[in-house]
Amino acid sequence: MSLELKKVSYSYSVGTSYEVQALKDITVTIPDGQFIGMIGHTGSGKSTLIQHLNALIRPTGGTILYNGEDIWAEDFDRRALRSEVGLVFQYPEHQLFESDVLSDVCFGPMNQGLSRQQAEEEAKKALAQTGVQEKYFSQSPFALSGGQKKRVAIAGVLAMNPRILILDEPTAGLDPKGRDDILDQIALLHKERKITIILVSHSMEDIARYVERLIVMNHGQIVFDDTPKEVFRHYKELETMGLSAPQITYIMHELKDRGLPVDPSVTTVEEARTEILRALAAGGTAHD
Amino acid sequence: MGIIKARHMSYDYVQYDESENAVKSRAVDGIDLDIEAGSFIAVLGHNGSGKSTLAKHINALLLPTEGTIWIDGKDTSAETELWKIRKKAGMVFQNPDNQIIGTVVEEDVGFGPENMGVSTENIWRRVRESLKKTGMTAFRHHSPNRLSGGQKQRVAIAGVLAMHPKCIVLDEPTAMLDPVGRREVLDAVTELNQKEKITVILITHYMEEVIRADHVYVMDGGHLVMQGTPREIFSQVEALKKYRLDVPQVTLLAYELKKAGLAIPDGILTAEELAGVLCPSN
Repeated sequence: MSLELKKVSYSYSVGTSYEVQALKDITVTIPDGQFIGMIGHTGSGKSTLIQHLNALIRPTGGTILYNGEDIWAEDFDRRALRSEVGLVFQYPEHQLFESDVLSDVCFGPMNQGLSRQQAEEEAKKALAQTGVQEKYFSQSPFALSGGQKKRVAIAGVLAMNPRILILDEPTAGLDPKGRDDILDQIALLHKERKITIILVSHSMEDIARYVERLIVMNHGQIVFDDTPKEVFRHYKELETMGLSAPQITYIMHELKDRGLPVDPSVTTVEEARTEILRALAAGGTAHD
Repeated sequence: MGIIKARHMSYDYVQYDESENAVKSRAVDGIDLDIEAGSFIAVLGHNGSGKSTLAKHINALLLPTEGTIWIDGKDTSAETELWKIRKKAGMVFQNPDNQIIGTVVEEDVGFGPENMGVSTENIWRRVRESLKKTGMTAFRHHSPNRLSGGQKQRVAIAGVLAMHPKCIVLDEPTAMLDPVGRREVLDAVTELNQKEKITVILITHYMEEVIRADHVYVMDGGHLVMQGTPREIFSQVEALKKYRLDVPQVTLLAYELKKAGLAIPDGILTAEELAGVLCPSN
């Protein structure tokens, strides 16, 4: 099970004077079960790329294979693909529409052909896994807080049992606790359901904490595709692309520049703590 | 008297249930404020804590259910003062795509002063000044929808500036921006505060943005539950967690190192400060 993109290109408004090439020769493989992060400045092509992954956009060049099959072949079942590759957009309120939370989450599985009763089973499972309490099931999704709406939107996609879950900035506008709750929940889903996660984010700190592989987009191309630790070594280049490294990376470089012999490639608070204590225990203070 | 002053200010949202009974929920509860002109204020609080409701009182988008708020000495509930208050206090919201209306950047920025009846010549002068102050002059003939998120937000800020406000309220202006966009907006806001002495009220979920503020308010359940300098606030890691908030990563790292036994003061706010403690010979 995998998604493969081979030399995928996409241009908006082909043949007009407004033609813009949003993706250029993208070749990338998304194997089963990875937790992947994707970063890039506004307009770098991230959103265009993820919309290709479940056939919402047809590439203007190149091919996309799902389990070896061309998803734009005439007999390919793109409807089935869209339930296997779930996409949660940036504004969850735009993908909610039913009169109550449970019905909203049931919509996907019922569309897949399940009865209301079967759909409710899937919906309840998904809502439990995204941390939505039962007392909200009969409420209007529009009366919920931003964090709750995001959870319901994620549950709506999850109820279709996707193999791949793509989240476009699931935490924008959430308070720190809400952000951690949602990301922890996603990490848990990844572990328990073994689904592939693609997390698009502007928070380098969140990326550093959760993902195992990081794809960096710039001007419609993939410029880095490696572990976060390796990618953030290039933080000076990332800055020229409208990005940055996690705050911890800057702290560690500052410490190293001032003479504390730490490995500056650590990216999380926990790793930094361990690394600083190690460096200090080794007697490596600057005044020695 | 400060530029923003509130006494026992409360606000109730009213919804109607199925049997048409009014159901009130109190979003802001008995708040007192005294904000000095020219200061940089940050407001923190979890989703639903009342921050945005509070912010909307500052330019009279909402009027208090109880108590009073004065902007530059004017009571916002006096209808005759409404437009004067809106000129004094401008607002910038989270989503850059929802607050730009012009088809060309300079037209968008001129919309506010034009609405206020400023003469054409003066509108253009204000537009030029505002674009310069936000570093957007080079984009004045561009279409706003071709700009990056950070640039759009700076256009929105320029639009507010062109009305010559004394105070700008920014409600999560960076929530949807990439790291560079975030820095552009914050730098623009900081410069307006320092050079133009405009009072800034910044609502944010990014703890590291708060370090620039003179004073921080923390809201919970419609109340002001903490206030102080960023250092005073961020020294209280556990209290902030209780309010669903956080501290900047450097503060958290310093706190963790202190718990591990190192002699580190509370409320470290920058990498330089931490390095100063850990690398004392420099």
